[in-house]
Amino acid sequence: MTNSIEELEKDAKCIFVIGSNTTENHPVIGMKIKKNVLYRGAKLIVADPRRIDLAEMADVYMAHLPGTDVALINGMMNVIINEGLVDKEFIDNCTEGYEAMAEVVAKYTPEYVEKITTVPAEDIRKAARIYAESEAAVICYAMGVTQHSTGTDNVKSICNLAMLTGNIGRPGTGVDPLRGQNNVQGSCDMGGLPVTYPGYQAVTNEAVRAKFEAAWGVPLPPNNGLTLTETINKAHEGQIKALVVIGENPMMSDPDLHHVEEALEKLDFLVVQDIFLTETARYADVVLPGVTFAEKDGTFTNTERRVQRVRKAIDPIDGAKPDWQIICELATRMGYPMHYNSPEEIFEEMKALTPSYAGMSYARLEGRGLQWPCPSADHPGTPFLHKDGKFTRGKGLFSAIEFKEPRELPDEEYPLILTTGRNLYHYHTGTMTRRSVALDKHVPEAELEINPHLAAKMGIRDGEKVRLSTRRGSVEIKAKITDILAENVVFTTFHFHEAAVNWLTNADSLDPVAKIPEYKVCAARIDKI
Amino acid sequence: MVTLTVNGRQIKAPRGSTILEACRLNGIEIPTLCYDPDLRLAGSCRMCLVEAKGRPLFLASCVAPAEDGMVIETESPDIVEARRIVLELLAARHDFSCQTCEKNGDCKFQDYCYRYGVKDSRFTDGGRHVYPIDDPNPFIERDYNKCIMCTRCVRACEEITVARAINVKDRGHNAKIATAFDGHLADSPCVFCGQCIMVCPVGALTSKVSAGKGRAYEVDRVLTTCTYCGTGCTLELNVKDNQVVGVTSNRSEEYSPVNKGALCVKGRFGWDFINSPDRLTTPLIKENGEFREASWDEALDLVAARLQAIKESSGPDSMAVFTSARMTNEENYLAQKFARAVLGTNNVDHCARL
Repeated sequence: MTNSIEELEKDAKCIFVIGSNTTENHPVIGMKIKKNVLYRGAKLIVADPRRIDLAEMADVYMAHLPGTDVALINGMMNVIINEGLVDKEFIDNCTEGYEAMAEVVAKYTPEYVEKITTVPAEDIRKAARIYAESEAAVICYAMGVTQHSTGTDNVKSICNLAMLTGNIGRPGTGVDPLRGQNNVQGSCDMGGLPVTYPGYQAVTNEAVRAKFEAAWGVPLPPNNGLTLTETINKAHEGQIKALVVIGENPMMSDPDLHHVEEALEKLDFLVVQDIFLTETARYADVVLPGVTFAEKDGTFTNTERRVQRVRKAIDPIDGAKPDWQIICELATRMGYPMHYNSPEEIFEEMKALTPSYAGMSYARLEGRGLQWPCPSADHPGTPFLHKDGKFTRGKGLFSAIEFKEPRELPDEEYPLILTTGRNLYHYHTGTMTRRSVALDKHVPEAELEINPHLAAKMGIRDGEKVRLSTRRGSVEIKAKITDILAENVVFTTFHFHEAAVNWLTNADSLDPVAKIPEYKVCAARIDKI
Repeated sequence: MVTLTVNGRQIKAPRGSTILEACRLNGIEIPTLCYDPDLRLAGSCRMCLVEAKGRPLFLASCVAPAEDGMVIETESPDIVEARRIVLELLAARHDFSCQTCEKNGDCKFQDYCYRYGVKDSRFTDGGRHVYPIDDPNPFIERDYNKCIMCTRCVRACEEITVARAINVKDRGHNAKIATAFDGHLADSPCVFCGQCIMVCPVGALTSKVSAGKGRAYEVDRVLTTCTYCGTGCTLELNVKDNQVVGVTSNRSEEYSPVNKGALCVKGRFGWDFINSPDRLTTPLIKENGEFREASWDEALDLVAARLQAIKESSGPDSMAVFTSARMTNEENYLAQKFARAVLGTNNVDHCARL
């Protein structure tokens, strides 16, 4: 997030939620948005193919067709430009590339966009006016925006919209990706990415590499590595021979599980470090038992860049070891001695190499934690980025983006759009929540949301099992009839191994830059059993 | 600022404070049940009554403004007598089953009854209401036989969670907290966040997941950060005998900067996977398609040898590491260092894309 969670409750005058079912996936942030809307008078715009909980209290709700985000946002920008609602001063002083962007956006009139998105032109106008005319408007998004073959384009479009109206660099404004996992921000910050060392320092930058080579005492590889989705593809091609999986579950979470399964089986060696024998661990040659967050010390970094302490509450259960100790032991056995007395020692080493964390220490993290960048020991942390319209690259760059259709569209054989996500009661691949007794008792099985008209046409009753199929495979799943989605869209979650929807999703349609799979759109059909 | 005299002592407080706020600011404790600093004022339980010189009636200090020159008594004999009557009136609908109550030792009503010597109620003509305890949801036990109608749950549901699942049904002695049509929580807009449990001063609302596992005075509360979504809520793991037996939250902004005590259903009730019998407790090595148990030394030696052999035969870029958003920063730092410095490859990624 460029801004802070608190601002969503206190400072934002308009909140535009797109591709985020906030009240289910970030419930506490959802509560803050609702408070601001109901009790402090903030305007709310919601764009989502499903009429989610927040849509019920929205000033404008736009049910755009999955995969049409670029068109929708271009449509809003078209209105803002044509009605003179742009922040000209911000554009002139703080950005570049406006002309080229405006040229592309010119053809995206609300009427033209209505044909692509199915959102009534008048609603697009209304949303655009509310967003542009608010004193402080923020955009919140999540995987509904990013998990597309045009995910990067979608995010750039959101940035265009924020810059066009100067809604960045002030309290209550901003571009706020709501990150879906406890420490996904931290994993990225720490260099758990194939192209960057900790602190987003490029592995291809020679000076940076020299710094890490000096600190770690070995020569380091100069080329960018493979992303997770590429790694699976390369394993499938036989080029990746060994894979170390620590606390991940690709046999549930990755697209097209047939493809993942074949890839894992082709590996010469797979080691999985986890707290349970996950779907992925079953394919391993060696499984190493790690521990939960309750059994170790450390830090997590949340979606607003706040680094907070994780504190050991209980000793590791008998036979398991904290993951950091396992990594140290493996490294040492491979001839690279790695020894730390505590996670705090690791943090101290990390921060010396990571400018955005350089000013932090466990002592300073007590209490409220610190939001990066925090470059020095006397720096108070940074609640919001890009203050006074100053961007990391200098001027904010508008991108001219044309709408592109999703990779796999419905056809005669597979006439529906399948879109996937999470629900309130479960988390990701269910490794933890399916083993939490109350959560699993309350929501024990996957459901496929089906529009009542479609259900009526096919003679499907609420609660009956149907077969859901795509070109990759099929699963049997319980039908839930609901009018929160359109007749040509069906939705389910990926939490349940009994009806693992990622057997059906598409490993071939990746965003060309981020390599994120297009979980939000693939062609599907349902059949009565 | 205003200056007032409380129990013979002069205190100062910002203009606009209530008497209760002025007293608490100056370290003078006044009993409260319905008062909650984060919620709309109710002024309904009357526990916080104080005597103000020259006023014909006692004042509910949680809602009465502190005025310059006020002379207040918070524990005068008349006030103590009034509090006893208030407690007896509340006790007229409270089931004193303290021995078996989850909140025993952590119950403000119990504390005040003890402090003011209230053992039963004179006002139970016709008996107490007996409400069934039968909401089948797996998260929240609703025992309205213990409810003292402070309405903090209603206000928390409305003002913190904004679910608006519950409200007060009927009036007077028949008043009761209920969902619309007095049904089950699962059939209401309830999202099972448990904020109602967090604010309940008695044992009317408790966690079914923690039931019987340890009382407040038996557990240590360890402040940590939630392991589910990226919001980063602070929570307290309740630990008894080296086992996590529950989750509570800290409502101070100084310790819980993101959520101020508010949690969701996963954070508050989804902790028992920690104790799951499915937990892995020994390294496993696959032989002939079957896993067998192995010692740490054997397993780590095997992994190191195999990785080393593949590194030598096929090169570092034939290997990859998937690190995890479930792990700490420190562990992620080490995992990418392991990939880059030990294996010698930049093939390291995690589930940020999934």
